[in-house]
Amino acid sequence: MSKPGSRGVVWLGSPSFPDAAREALGNTRLRANLKRATTTIRDKRLAVASELDDWEQLRDAATAIKNRTARHLDRYLVQLEAAVTAAGGTVHWASDAAEANRIVTELVQATGEREVVKIKSMATQEIGLNEALAEAGITAYETDLAELIVQLGDDRPSHILVPAIHRNRTEIRDLFTAEMAHWGQPAPENLGDDPRELAEAARLHLREKFLTAKVAVSGANFAVADTGTVVVVESEGNGRMCLTLPETLITVMGIEKTVPSWSDLEVFLQLLPRSSTGERMNPYTSTWTGTTDGDGPREFHLVLLDNGRTDTLADEVGRQVLGCIRCSACLNVCPVFERTGGHAYGSVYPGPIGAVLTPQLVGVENAASLPFASTLCGACYDACPVKIDIPEVLAHLRAKAVERKPRGAEALAMKAAATVLDSPRLLSAAQKAAALGGRALAREGRIGRLPGPLHGWSDTRDTPAPPAESFRSWWRKNREGER
Amino acid sequence: MSSREAVLGRIRAALADVPADERPDDVPVPRTYRRSHTEPGEDIVALFAERVADYRANVTRTDQAGLPAAIAAALTASGASNLALPSGFPVELLPPGDWQWHPEPLDVQALNALDGACTLAAAGIAVTGTIVLDAGPGQGRRALTLVPDYHLCVIRAGQIAADVPDALARLDPMLPLTFISGPSATSDIELDRVEGVHGPRTLHVVIVDHPTHPEQP
Repeated sequence: MSKPGSRGVVWLGSPSFPDAAREALGNTRLRANLKRATTTIRDKRLAVASELDDWEQLRDAATAIKNRTARHLDRYLVQLEAAVTAAGGTVHWASDAAEANRIVTELVQATGEREVVKIKSMATQEIGLNEALAEAGITAYETDLAELIVQLGDDRPSHILVPAIHRNRTEIRDLFTAEMAHWGQPAPENLGDDPRELAEAARLHLREKFLTAKVAVSGANFAVADTGTVVVVESEGNGRMCLTLPETLITVMGIEKTVPSWSDLEVFLQLLPRSSTGERMNPYTSTWTGTTDGDGPREFHLVLLDNGRTDTLADEVGRQVLGCIRCSACLNVCPVFERTGGHAYGSVYPGPIGAVLTPQLVGVENAASLPFASTLCGACYDACPVKIDIPEVLAHLRAKAVERKPRGAEALAMKAAATVLDSPRLLSAAQKAAALGGRALAREGRIGRLPGPLHGWSDTRDTPAPPAESFRSWWRKNREGER
Repeated sequence: MSSREAVLGRIRAALADVPADERPDDVPVPRTYRRSHTEPGEDIVALFAERVADYRANVTRTDQAGLPAAIAAALTASGASNLALPSGFPVELLPPGDWQWHPEPLDVQALNALDGACTLAAAGIAVTGTIVLDAGPGQGRRALTLVPDYHLCVIRAGQIAADVPDALARLDPMLPLTFISGPSATSDIELDRVEGVHGPRTLHVVIVDHPTHPEQP
């Protein structure tokens, strides 16, 4: 098992959240793109969720199913492995990102192919699979429209569901026109920026790849332990292309994606599309169990990925985060995400769920600013279809982040304050000093920005200047004799 | 130690707080949600037709006698002339006319040269406007309804389940299943839905209202 810091998930060299957020806030185009997209999806989600008058009961059932799964995960994974194997699939176990990448690379190499087509998958983003395959001389073609936009732009995803949410239609048109030719079929001439035209350009660009690909790589939304059935939920049909046309299918899934039984899907297939794209049902859901003669891939490999999930499971408060079904509703309602965008989080998992998942997967000391990237307003908790109490986990991780931090200036200042407040003599001396110093710093009775380490506090708030005389000193002078 | 044993070992260590004698069924799952979001006596076929149309799919309702004419009208409107014909599709339903029917087996390049496919279905879901295919008779392997740009699907009223729980109970998870809700679409550009990406850009669902042989597919 590798060290937590080498599990992928976070982008090396990323600035901490406060620095990245400050830069993002200055990008007015980014903020306009995000506001437009999140407003659209919020209205749609509310409309379709309120159609179901038992939404809360469905959420309760989802929480309970995920809780049952987590508490007996070893048993369900063994059951899943047996069912997939019995249906003609092969199951592999990967402790961390490096092992998963090695397994997939070797499986592709065994086919003799140098190209794979890919369905959008958070797990393969997390482990950096495309980069690992590239090192082995294998090209991975992203086929989801948003992932294609990210890949063509040599960019990073900024949203769980719509990785290119930070790009508007005009930027996408320009990218297609400039880059598609380097990867295959060029963009049509005089391509416009109507989303329909852009979708058509993606269709033409990828068609030949789908028809000739021999190997596909996917993630999984769910895997059913009692039947060995794997489920992929999608919209465009690129998923169906990858799942049915190639000869070899390799699916990488986090171990927490398991659900106990087939009938449990009746809960998640109602909650997921309504929470994620705001539709009663997404256009395409594919389920498969092992391999089927004469239909779809002849070989199916399922890679079960840990990569920090067992560390997360060990935390009794943080464990609930493993219930996440990656719908991204929490991102779309978050006032922080709407303003900073996803890149500021420095992780493949941005937004509220990223702020609680990333530090647990890679160790809180490797993402210490993320639990603080929230106002604790609770909108994410209300929106979560699995009822993950994100504010509770944020507060829990904040405590952990502080415990693990070396004693800094703040801790020393608090210690000094405690000493002063304990002694009337020291307090009186400090108040006199503050009155003098405060008046020297104040302008019109307020203290503005301070230099040095105090600027973190004073940059965003003014402090009233201390009074010329403390109450204790005034009392001694004017009232003490009257008692 | 293999990674399998390592991962399972870490899971067991992480769950030290779970009592050793706890069984999965000891963790309660409240099933108080509705089995269906329809009301008793509601016309689920009408609901299905409305919800399929909501995705901007074309919907026709007909009876058994009118089925060949309904198929002919749909095909004429689509302009499709070369069509994939899955094994087990009832030939008596094929309308007379200039259409070229291409029976299975059809490889991917052959499918890519066709205009569309005409299939039956395994089930429907009224509340979500979904058709489900299980690669059974008259449906073909999954590529058949994916590669060509047009999909005409014939579903009988008796195959339509009210809601998702009923539908899943009717389906066999050991078969490769495809749940289809409208034509291929994406929300990837500014989170707004547009129809037509890699799957069929036109979906036409023909509902057969009064099946004369309800037990047949």
